[in-house]
Amino acid sequence: MPRFGLSIIGLVILALAVTACGDTPPPSSTAPGSSADATDAPDPTSGESAAPTDAPSGEGRLATVQDRGQLICGVNGSLPGFSFIDENGDTVGFDADFCRAVAAAVLGDSEAVEFRALSADQRGPALQTGEVDVLIRNTTWTVSRDTSWGIFAPTTFYDGQAIMVNTTQTDATSLAELDGATVCVQSGTTTELNLADAFRLANIELGEPAVFPEIDPTYQAYEENRCDAVTSDRSQLVARRTGFENPDDHIILDDVLSKEPLGPVVPIGDDQWFNVVKWVVFATIEAEEQGIDSTNVEETASSSENPIVQRFLGVTPEGSDPFESGLGLDADWVVDVIGQVGNYAEIYDRNLGPGTPFDLERGLNSLWSDGGLLYAPPYR
Amino acid sequence: MTSTPRARSQTTVPLWRDVRFLEIAAQVVVVVVIGLVVWFMVSNMISAMNQRNLGFGFSFLGRQAGFEISESPIAYSSRDTYGTAFLVGLLNTLFVSFLGIILATLLGLIVGVARLSPNWLVARIAAGYVEIIRNTPLLVQLVLIYFAVLLQLPSVSDSITIGEGFFLNQRGVYVPGPQVSGGFGIFIASIVIGIIGLIVANVVAGRREDAGKPSYRMRTIATAALFVLPVLGWFAAGGQPLTFDLPVKERFNFAGGLRLSPEFSALLFGLVLYTAAFIGEVVRGGIQAVRRGQLEAARALGFTEGQTLRLVIFPQALRIIVPPLTSQYLNLAKNSSLAIAVGYPDLFKVGQTMANQTGQPVPVLIMIMGTYLAISLFTSLLMNIYNRRVQVLER
Repeated sequence: MPRFGLSIIGLVILALAVTACGDTPPPSSTAPGSSADATDAPDPTSGESAAPTDAPSGEGRLATVQDRGQLICGVNGSLPGFSFIDENGDTVGFDADFCRAVAAAVLGDSEAVEFRALSADQRGPALQTGEVDVLIRNTTWTVSRDTSWGIFAPTTFYDGQAIMVNTTQTDATSLAELDGATVCVQSGTTTELNLADAFRLANIELGEPAVFPEIDPTYQAYEENRCDAVTSDRSQLVARRTGFENPDDHIILDDVLSKEPLGPVVPIGDDQWFNVVKWVVFATIEAEEQGIDSTNVEETASSSENPIVQRFLGVTPEGSDPFESGLGLDADWVVDVIGQVGNYAEIYDRNLGPGTPFDLERGLNSLWSDGGLLYAPPYR
Repeated sequence: MTSTPRARSQTTVPLWRDVRFLEIAAQVVVVVVIGLVVWFMVSNMISAMNQRNLGFGFSFLGRQAGFEISESPIAYSSRDTYGTAFLVGLLNTLFVSFLGIILATLLGLIVGVARLSPNWLVARIAAGYVEIIRNTPLLVQLVLIYFAVLLQLPSVSDSITIGEGFFLNQRGVYVPGPQVSGGFGIFIASIVIGIIGLIVANVVAGRREDAGKPSYRMRTIATAALFVLPVLGWFAAGGQPLTFDLPVKERFNFAGGLRLSPEFSALLFGLVLYTAAFIGEVVRGGIQAVRRGQLEAARALGFTEGQTLRLVIFPQALRIIVPPLTSQYLNLAKNSSLAIAVGYPDLFKVGQTMANQTGQPVPVLIMIMGTYLAISLFTSLLMNIYNRRVQVLER
């Protein structure tokens, strides 16, 4: 019966396709470890242990990542300064360096990262399905995302929404002068939602939003004057402006449309993994506060007598109890992070600081002791 | 003696060799397997969603959408609900698909006939068009039309002006918008009466002529009435039943009038050009499938080229053309979801934004698929009804 056979083959293919792109690992359907999401479900009732467990703490995403030997990190990929592919084919930038910091803490190797470039529309589902271990993609922390996409680790970059205009096309210098203007914006972003609110609050008419799902067409359309203005996070506008044909023609208006705290996000439901990512971010901040950077971390670890620093770097003085952070990482994980990637100031300066085309001031992204918002809880 | 062997053979054939039983059993097995696979997929999805704390429901449709949509046939603002936003996307999809199907059919017809033209140049141009368009991806064509053609038009301040109130720039085509006043109905009615009168006169005159009776110049009179009636209607409506609202340049954009956005234009052009190439081939195939004898017979009867095509070839070709044409229409409607590449807010694009902003991709995707399915099934229903009408009635 050829038709019968055909339909069976069709069904099998269908089933394979579903499980391959899919969700829970059904018993013995696809090869274990072939899909990143195989063991992200912390559901104790599922009763399956897909990956061979010689991991330190059994199951959970930390063990999965350590078994895999690689961190899957969702990034933007098209945003210079944050995550961008350089001429050597490496993903570089502020966000990319935080991916490396997590990899250094978990795997001891900052290069053990697989970067996944995601569009604004793709990032939510990528977290919900557990396709990425962590999303560090200039993503704004909001309450609805915190409850539906994933859990937000501490903010790495405090930003605000701004508007950029082309001075050769318009003489507008503030939001109030943009009555009736067409504004380019990327869909699936908080900026898309803020745009309508900002115009309404300013009591002016939004001429038309030109909405694009990808970052490149959004700025391409703006550069072609399809729009009078483009809106996004200030840092993103600054970063993308450097890629324009005539960057000097474009000014960013002083109006701040919203708060945009950008930070890493991890899938919901794995507290241990959430803690790891959270404390990696804090470690870079704490290191800056303690004056520890990539050049002196090894030396500090071996010579410092300061108990705060010793606990932080996982150094145990002779005769005392070892400090157990409870994160499930090696005791000296901070040394790996700072030694291989650097502290917050190093990451910032390398990617966004005065030596770069972006030259962004630290502003809110300074340590609390310098009047900024960066504040790490104690390591003890 | 005559009945016993048959009776015995019926009783002795075992169940597993009984063809009737096997046929039924195979179908039962297939149904069970399909049911199991569907059950597995659905339960897999539900358990996966539960593990990730994703609720499944459509209650978000009543919540405020919060995002703007660049163009909408109905009034919409970011304060409306997700449900309204979805409807806007649906209407935009229907609008571009409907216009696209009409224009692609016209262009496809021309291309199909042109490919068979005895004129060397016309045939070659048509063939070149079909080969280039048909063998490149639609997505690439859309991006090319949008970014490399429409966005390269002059900016708003240097708009191309074509007569009063007609402007062309990279933000779209602006034309005067008709403004209806109170007496507009009377004016339209006078035109409609004129047209109906002409059709009736034509039919009646034709019958009378066939019957050998005088037609009393009915056609001439009706044609004259067609021109006189609207003039009377114009005055009856109090003059100026229709005024035009001219687009006016403001600080950033033109306001007033009617506008075709570059996103819509790019999608419409792209869909029409692409689908017309396929329809052209369908039409050509249909025409060539009509037997050559029909063409020769028509010529022998002294038909002109146009008459031959219109009265002999086309009615027969239509029977072959309609079924593949239906699938081209369905393709066009579904391809309109590529609107996302050029930023036209169609069903899929609005749906994507909804899925993203609500964090509910599965319900939204189900809604999108269900809607496309409904559009396609409705289109095929209409085409099937039409197909039944053009088929030969076998007697």
